[in-house]
Amino acid sequence: MIKVQRLVKRFGYQYALRGVNLEVAAGETLVLFGPNGAGKTTLLRILATLSKPTGGQVYINGYALPRESGMVRRQIGLVTHKTLLYNRLTAVENLRFYGQIYGLTQLDERVKALLARVGLYRRREDQVRTFSRGMVQRLTIARALLHDPPILLLDEPDTGLDPQASDMLLHLLQEIGGARRTIIMTTHNLSRGLAIADKVGILANGKLSCENNSTALSEDTLRSRYQQITSEAA
Amino acid sequence: MSQFIRATYAIFWKALRTEWRSREIFSAMFVFALLAIIIFNFAFDLRVQNIRQVVPGVLWVSITFAGMLGLNRSFTVEKENDTLSGLLLAPVDRSALYFGKMAANFLFILSVAVIIVPLTTVFFNVNLVRADLLLVLLAGTFGFAAVGTLFSAITVNTRAQDILLPILLFPVVLPVIIAAVKLTAGLLEQLAVADLANWWRLLIVYDIIFLVIAFLTFEYIVEE
Repeated sequence: MIKVQRLVKRFGYQYALRGVNLEVAAGETLVLFGPNGAGKTTLLRILATLSKPTGGQVYINGYALPRESGMVRRQIGLVTHKTLLYNRLTAVENLRFYGQIYGLTQLDERVKALLARVGLYRRREDQVRTFSRGMVQRLTIARALLHDPPILLLDEPDTGLDPQASDMLLHLLQEIGGARRTIIMTTHNLSRGLAIADKVGILANGKLSCENNSTALSEDTLRSRYQQITSEAA
Repeated sequence: MSQFIRATYAIFWKALRTEWRSREIFSAMFVFALLAIIIFNFAFDLRVQNIRQVVPGVLWVSITFAGMLGLNRSFTVEKENDTLSGLLLAPVDRSALYFGKMAANFLFILSVAVIIVPLTTVFFNVNLVRADLLLVLLAGTFGFAAVGTLFSAITVNTRAQDILLPILLFPVVLPVIIAAVKLTAGLLEQLAVADLANWWRLLIVYDIIFLVIAFLTFEYIVEE
């Protein structure tokens, strides 16, 4: 479970987040929409322990941030539009490297199983720099799931992917990221986001302006609400 | 503790493997050091009577300036694809990252030094291929890598890292360079061990102090 209360993040005099509150229950998927600069990445970086909040409280599965960052890191898998992979290492070497710094056991079996699940087993000995963007993003998901985290944070995972690759990516996430994991995902794509969301939020100008049960929302309603909130924030 | 060592080794191995495939750092360092030796050879050939007094300085200036190129790349490579975030996401003590990087930097700089030493011997006609000088090379490059890796991490997220790193690093690492130059000169002059004891002490104590400082502070340096 993720609980965020009055979260503030400031860079110098610039506010990135202005008192964000949100709650995501275990197994739930929250999709956050928002324009560039709304604070989506900052929020996810704080949840991933990569950035420290200026104010407010953040609890992840009962652990408080930033005090218990070490415990939280075991709970988190992060996928961003940056791959966090080494281009000069092969798919296997990348996963083995991350597995070693996470201190995982039975690493070879885990790596093989994950590569098979993301459809990269045949390319396992190829360097990442030879992969297409879609393949790299599938390997990124494998990296994020390597330590079997109960929480997945996805920061615009479909950036730079064509529609077909985006659909495949979301299908993959639902299939292997799925049911028992808590997911927070940010995206600009309203229809794809809505398709996998249990809850949606719209982040604009550092404020989480809306959080609803996604089943009660049509895409048109979400679109008009998104436009209204982002234009007000601008 | 074993997890700490495993993570340190993994980071060290990763640095070696990626460098072996790209040869970005080593080749740049080696070419720079070689050119520096050649330039110094021609520059001093006409003016310096006692070449033995000049060679230690030439050698260490070449090693440290070439090493600076490698240190600059050490953390910059982690900005590509934001792999530094990938490392910081791992539930392991941050100093494992420092020790893994430092070990790799030490090996790269030492490798360049080991190749440059016989070349310097040839160019300047002074025998530097000696066991006692190898100890100076080990301690000197270790200290340079220990301090340099720390400062490379400090400057990695600054806008002018290439400029800032040498400006910040050289004043701090100066005792290591001076001690290494004095020891090299002393050994070439065949001074007694007792005459060089203070320089050895300075070099070793400095190496240890910076390892401890890095261990204690690295977490705060790499975090936002």
